Amino acid sequence: MNKELAKHFFSGHSACAGCAFPAIVRAVLGEASCEVVVANATGCLEVTSSLYPYTAWKTPWIHNAFENAAATISGVERAYEIMKRKKRLPGGDKKIKFVAFGGDGGTYDIGLQSLSGALERGHNFLYVLYDNEGYMNTGNQRSSATPYGAATETTPSGRASFGKTELRKNLMDIVAAHHIPYLAQANVAYLADLKKKAQKALAVEGPSFLTVFSPCTNNWKFPTSQYVAIAKLATETNFWPLYEIENGKYKITSEPKNVKPLTDFLKTQGRFKHLFSEKNKPVLERMQQITNEEFARLVSLTEK
Amino acid sequence: MEHGAVIKHDETKGPKTGAWRYMHPEVDKEKCIGCATCVPFCPEASIEMKENKADIDYDYCKGCGVCAEVCPVKAIMMKKK
Repeated sequence: MNKELAKHFFSGHSACAGCAFPAIVRAVLGEASCEVVVANATGCLEVTSSLYPYTAWKTPWIHNAFENAAATISGVERAYEIMKRKKRLPGGDKKIKFVAFGGDGGTYDIGLQSLSGALERGHNFLYVLYDNEGYMNTGNQRSSATPYGAATETTPSGRASFGKTELRKNLMDIVAAHHIPYLAQANVAYLADLKKKAQKALAVEGPSFLTVFSPCTNNWKFPTSQYVAIAKLATETNFWPLYEIENGKYKITSEPKNVKPLTDFLKTQGRFKHLFSEKNKPVLERMQQITNEEFARLVSLTEK
Repeated sequence: MEHGAVIKHDETKGPKTGAWRYMHPEVDKEKCIGCATCVPFCPEASIEMKENKADIDYDYCKGCGVCAEVCPVKAIMMKKK
């Protein structure tokens, strides 16, 4: 048992073997220099870490409904500030950082309005989104983070369909539109980069936001040992570029030297298996085109 | 005030997820170069560096094989019991 690593988030949780988010949680919270309070939207992380009568969390942690992790943490933050002002804190005046975790379902879709409200009100908190591109906890339903072409339970592939027909929502731009001081997109395979971003995000006085790529072994359908390799491929193919937006300035933090074709990433996962048939060739080409266009758009934003 | 749903972290109440394991990782201490690459990627935080070599806690290891995969010198092998 690595006590140092498990300081905030202990073992004994029931996440699938080979799940990516424990590494994300430990990397982000490991960078906190003060005590943290965590709120958690319903999702894989929440249900697997708090099986009654056990909790894997060693920090104060609040469970709330699917849609209101950001609202809960902003309430906690405000209450703490007011009790501090009225000198009614039993533990004395401590510096505390407030962190919310949510999956893509609880952030892109269901929790978007409470996240937007909390960002706009400017509470002092960090929101960490672990993006596994669907409702994985309930068995792989599509979310607005699911990429174009992926087969899910609600967008199955078959004779009439090639999987999801809509493009992924660009949440980073939606969050950036709230004029918050710091937000970044990171990847679990690049832990040094993720830690650096977490450090910056935790140092911000005000709202900050992290989106972290988190491959799901069960519903993306790949062997349990592969999450790091697949996450790495996502960045090497420009499917998941690593960048940050600091005070409105875009910056790409790590760019692959030799960009690999997107099929290298797609062929590792069962959810894209159907795309490698003769019939679905145009879908593959379209996906490559979407990835190229998205990356070109990102590069043009960094040049401003 | 009633604290109906406040749970304190208690290690002894936690499930020992080692029972999930089908394959188990074995560290070749001769080959291990002590780079600690595997440590942060382990979902169960069950790898520790002891005398600069990776050491696995089998109480919690679910046998996913991520450590064997990320090891740059292939010092960790997945074996059946």
